[in-house]
Amino acid sequence: MNGAHDMGGMEGFGPINAEPESAEPVFHAAWEGRVYGMNRALGALGRWNIDKGRYARERQRPVDYLSHTYYENWLAGIETLLLEAGLVTQDELDTGVAAGLISEELKPRVLTAEAGSQVPNRLAKVLLPDEAPPKFAPGDRVLAKNRHPSTHTREPRYLRGHVGVVHEHYGTQLFPDLTSQGIEKGGHLYCARFEAMELWGESAAAKSAVYADLWEDYLERAE
Amino acid sequence: MADEHESHGHGHSHGHDDFTDPPSDIELRVKALESLLVEKGLANREAIDAVIDTYETKVGPRNGAAVVARAWAEPEFKTWLLEDSTAAIASMGYVGAQGEQMRVLENTDDTHNLVVCTLCSCYPWPVLGLPPVWYKSAPYRSRAVSDPRGVLDEFGTSVPETTEVRVWDSTSEMRYLVLPQRPEGTEGWSAQQLEELVSRNSMIGVEVARTPEATGSAG
Repeated sequence: MNGAHDMGGMEGFGPINAEPESAEPVFHAAWEGRVYGMNRALGALGRWNIDKGRYARERQRPVDYLSHTYYENWLAGIETLLLEAGLVTQDELDTGVAAGLISEELKPRVLTAEAGSQVPNRLAKVLLPDEAPPKFAPGDRVLAKNRHPSTHTREPRYLRGHVGVVHEHYGTQLFPDLTSQGIEKGGHLYCARFEAMELWGESAAAKSAVYADLWEDYLERAE
Repeated sequence: MADEHESHGHGHSHGHDDFTDPPSDIELRVKALESLLVEKGLANREAIDAVIDTYETKVGPRNGAAVVARAWAEPEFKTWLLEDSTAAIASMGYVGAQGEQMRVLENTDDTHNLVVCTLCSCYPWPVLGLPPVWYKSAPYRSRAVSDPRGVLDEFGTSVPETTEVRVWDSTSEMRYLVLPQRPEGTEGWSAQQLEELVSRNSMIGVEVARTPEATGSAG
């Protein structure tokens, strides 16, 4: 979807104002850590995947997405996911009072402290196969299709309609456009190089290029 | 936890002392949600504590610094790291979520690499930990692809006009780590000594590695 999250090439956000590296804490307030931890704990229940998570954050009204801090957006995403998965009702969210308990089938999946202290591994969820052979190879010229799906996609707007060159075939990864809709399917993934001049015209930075990872369905062969 | 006062660098200036003022709306909302999840049995507090502790104290940019320093010190490891980044990094024990597939990008006199995620906040957690606020912010995400040299300027980083700037937009589950150039004057340094020169920002590509002079190390 053409949401506020798709920021590449936008202007007017002002300076970056990075905090000094040595002074920046991992979380800037205790509640940020709680949101991060809740997101991980709830993800362990297996009722959604990473692209559903991204899509839940992106679907906020653009003005909300842009005015929220990062973990406020995560919180909004968690609430949407909980409601859509039927794990929590709107009434429960509004009142904070539980109307029912977790189902028996989900209980074994609840994140334990021991599991929470481990780095999770999603490899089996990320590298999904695609039986079809890859259509493109390094060196091929490819056009990033002019697509505007109303649901989640990882083809950024600033690349659409532009021609690049395949740099590497990365194998197959979960295809976000379907994964976000609950259909977990793999697709061939390529890294492609786009010259800055091709993307930004006369305002392009001298001697620069953008490399982006694009699934096969985002690409067609260019002359 | 470090200070929670004043500007957090992400658009909010609270201008009050969090230790005496009543909790903010967002704090109350988060507390209410956690209590609800715990009451329903969907999450437990100790697990959330453990997740926070893991990413505050165990997983962070010192992991990536160890990878970079070893690549500087051991040519064979560097070759492996550039040819099969995922395996070489995994051999040091840095694996897991947001690092399942890795590519290491080598900075040279001819090429300077810069990593961004324009669509969200993708970042190689196993080697760098969770991303800094600026990396997740609109100013960086919007301009890194369209004005990389301007962004580098803001970090005080000057890349010669003869050096190509490559911006890597993390649009898939592939994660990128920049291998910065080894600073001059570090010949014969051990990997352990070299680690001190590897800043987090140099592994994102917005800065270069620290010089021996900057760290006060005599080598």
